[in-house]
Amino acid sequence: MLMKEGQVRIPSGCAISGVFSREGNRVPGDLIVRSMSTMHERSNGLGGGFAGYGIYPEYKDLYAFHIFYDSTDAKQECEKFLDHHFEVVNLSKIPTRKTPKITNAPLIWRYFVTPIHNKLRDSQLDEKEFVARCVVKINHEFKGTYVFSSGKNMGVFKAVGYPEDVGEFYRLEEYAGYSWTAHGRYPTNTPGWWGGAHPFAMLDYSIVHNGEISSYDANRRFIEMFDYHCDLLTDTEVITYIFDYLLRRQGFTLYEAAKVVAAPFWSTIGRMEDKEKEKFTYLRNAFPDVLITGPFSIILGFEGGLMALNDRLKLRSMVVGEKGEMVYMASEECAIRIMEPNVDKIWYPRGGEPVVVRLNEEEDHVDQLHIS
Amino acid sequence: MSINYIYPEFEIIRDAARCTQCRICEKQCANGVHVYDDKTNRIIADESKCVNCHRCVALCPTRALKVVKTEHTFRPNANWSGQTIEEVYRQAETGGVLLSSMGNPTSLPVYWDRILINASQVTNPPIDPLREPMETKVFLGPKPSRIERNAEGGLINNLKPQMTLKVPILFSAMSYGSISYNAHAALAKAAECLGTFYNTGEGGLHEDFYRYGPHTIVQVASGRFGVHPDYLGAGGAIEIKMGQGAKPGIGGHLPGAKINADVSKTRMIPEGTDAISPAPHHDIYSIEDLRQLVYSVKEATRYQKPVIVKVAAVHNIAAVASGIARSGADIIAIDGFRGGTGAAPTRVRDNVGIPIELALAAVDQRLRDEGIRGNVSLIAGGSIRNAADVVKAVALGADAVYVGTAALLALGCHLCRSCQTGKCNWGIATQQPELVKRLDSDEGAARLVNLVSAWNHEIQELMGGMGINSIEALRGNRLMLRGVGLTEKELEILGIKHAGE
Repeated sequence: MLMKEGQVRIPSGCAISGVFSREGNRVPGDLIVRSMSTMHERSNGLGGGFAGYGIYPEYKDLYAFHIFYDSTDAKQECEKFLDHHFEVVNLSKIPTRKTPKITNAPLIWRYFVTPIHNKLRDSQLDEKEFVARCVVKINHEFKGTYVFSSGKNMGVFKAVGYPEDVGEFYRLEEYAGYSWTAHGRYPTNTPGWWGGAHPFAMLDYSIVHNGEISSYDANRRFIEMFDYHCDLLTDTEVITYIFDYLLRRQGFTLYEAAKVVAAPFWSTIGRMEDKEKEKFTYLRNAFPDVLITGPFSIILGFEGGLMALNDRLKLRSMVVGEKGEMVYMASEECAIRIMEPNVDKIWYPRGGEPVVVRLNEEEDHVDQLHIS
Repeated sequence: MSINYIYPEFEIIRDAARCTQCRICEKQCANGVHVYDDKTNRIIADESKCVNCHRCVALCPTRALKVVKTEHTFRPNANWSGQTIEEVYRQAETGGVLLSSMGNPTSLPVYWDRILINASQVTNPPIDPLREPMETKVFLGPKPSRIERNAEGGLINNLKPQMTLKVPILFSAMSYGSISYNAHAALAKAAECLGTFYNTGEGGLHEDFYRYGPHTIVQVASGRFGVHPDYLGAGGAIEIKMGQGAKPGIGGHLPGAKINADVSKTRMIPEGTDAISPAPHHDIYSIEDLRQLVYSVKEATRYQKPVIVKVAAVHNIAAVASGIARSGADIIAIDGFRGGTGAAPTRVRDNVGIPIELALAAVDQRLRDEGIRGNVSLIAGGSIRNAADVVKAVALGADAVYVGTAALLALGCHLCRSCQTGKCNWGIATQQPELVKRLDSDEGAARLVNLVSAWNHEIQELMGGMGINSIEALRGNRLMLRGVGLTEKELEILGIKHAGE
């Protein structure tokens, strides 16, 4: 019997794409759907998905939970938990469009929630940690329930199918956001489980990823020491948790985090000036367990920005283009050209060199790494 | 013939047509096996003294000699082997404890040989170490649980003292006394050249070797031989030896015959007296006492040196390691039941302790389950025989490995397992000057460097095949391992899947 995602580790090839408006202009979802359709050959119909940021301005201060349920029983049980821990301000089915290309859909619900004040206070946790722990608990313990999106003013939409069909299914043309990422999947197995599609998200962090990391189990066994449960056994899941750990829990800057997961080689560090050498030696020495090896190209989405990052040998393709205030990132140049045929600038970032874009900044903001 | 007569285990075959009576074999054998008979102008051999160390075979200029196992046998008996019967005879004769050397030679399972390594195919590219960087540098020591920033927002280097290794391999503890001056010199020179460490063992540090200090681990064992402030300060790290894989639960005994003037001075004990290490440290009867010793040596060295605690792999090793990881120790060295020794009671060596593979897997998992794996680094020892063993150990969770026996083999040891006699024909496990000088420390160091460099190349090849280009991404990466012919329980303890899964 074929095992589903989470029972077995399934490597996959992929296509990824991202679009970002630095001025915060809201871009409709069908643009990124078109971008993905040019890379149809990079997927095999077994998973596609999107993440949009700035899509829920009317509920921007509430956590938007997107949840798959296998059954109404599962839904009732989960809603009991949600009612116990959160004020649920709004709940509804996520609107979908019937299409013969997307079948076997689970129940797909959306909740706009905020932690119950007393519960949060009693937990002695900060709000994000409280929400993160609730999400991890549901996904780890509640059978037939899967929270696949849990950030504020952002949402993930994913399914088993080709990305363009997934976009049509979720009626993405009806959403608009300042930032979108997308993923088309080419898994080497047919688990047919929606939760296994990407993006993978945790709070407002979402990851789309192309690659198969060879450090997976070393990373997984490390991150699980910090109350993360890698239930899906996918690279994307562990990479998301690593960034959550480095950025939210350790307080690293994006640039620092990128330099920890895609650390410069010792030979490169050896050529640096003394001060730089000390910084990078410290980072590699102190955080060896989150070094990621093997091929990856990822786009990390977060509130107010995007970061593209390749593995340090650049074993997967990644192109970045700019046109005015718009920034595009994708596995292939064609996926950028279809969104913007007349880009001002297009380039292939080097392995291990993060490309960070943020709202309302004239130039790409790259955090500088400071170590005293 | 006496009831205690034991037929020699080996026979020396001398090809009379090739033998020129040059008498080299006679000069080379410290056991006095070969004797020239001038009446017959022939060399004869007393095989009862032969330990099968191959010294005579290796130096015979006409290749006239070979050593074979005797065909002489007791009536075959699956329960009472010839060795078992002979051991009863020996003890009936002497009333003594049987002594042995080097690691447990019995046919108990070697789990390394039941574990296979992964390689990349199609979905993920292998990486060619001839074309791309392939990193094997390792730091040993605790990792910070939190980053800290200064007022300007810069990161503060909050790492405690670390050991820096260019290769994930260290030479394990072998004391001056159990091995020779030249053997120590070879290990020290090789450690410096390789960018790694050798370990003084419990015999103190000869004054000539202080200059290799940054590449030296100075050991503090229960006998406290040669321990003084300068000694502690001389090393790059300090190891508290709580136990040894070859003889868990017992101490050591270096006979007075090996305590010559130089060894006496280094160990700070009178010449010719037996050097007896007690079974326990008499200031450590529990884990809280260990903590005090850890902090005592840290105080003595102003918190500048990482402290290793070395323990033998015993049944409750995971709990023991968990306690050590909370004791202030920076590194835990676990020594498996196949680890070597200069002398140990045979029954202890062959029956006490557990395999390093299972101990290492259990400890790594336990420390992760408790969220304290970052408190310590792990060194695994107790029969790491080749580069594949190193890769498997790292993938199970070791930060680095200790090698002892393999290093001695590189110096010329032929594993005759007779170290306790002190008559090592290869100049390693002896203090007799005419034997010690047979070992050239420069040549020995070069051979050690060759060995470790060769292993490192092989580690790089194996890593590259897995698509891993830095050893930290291999550490604890158990998905890269599969078991063959192992039970569910064994797989569960090792934390690996069976081949085909």
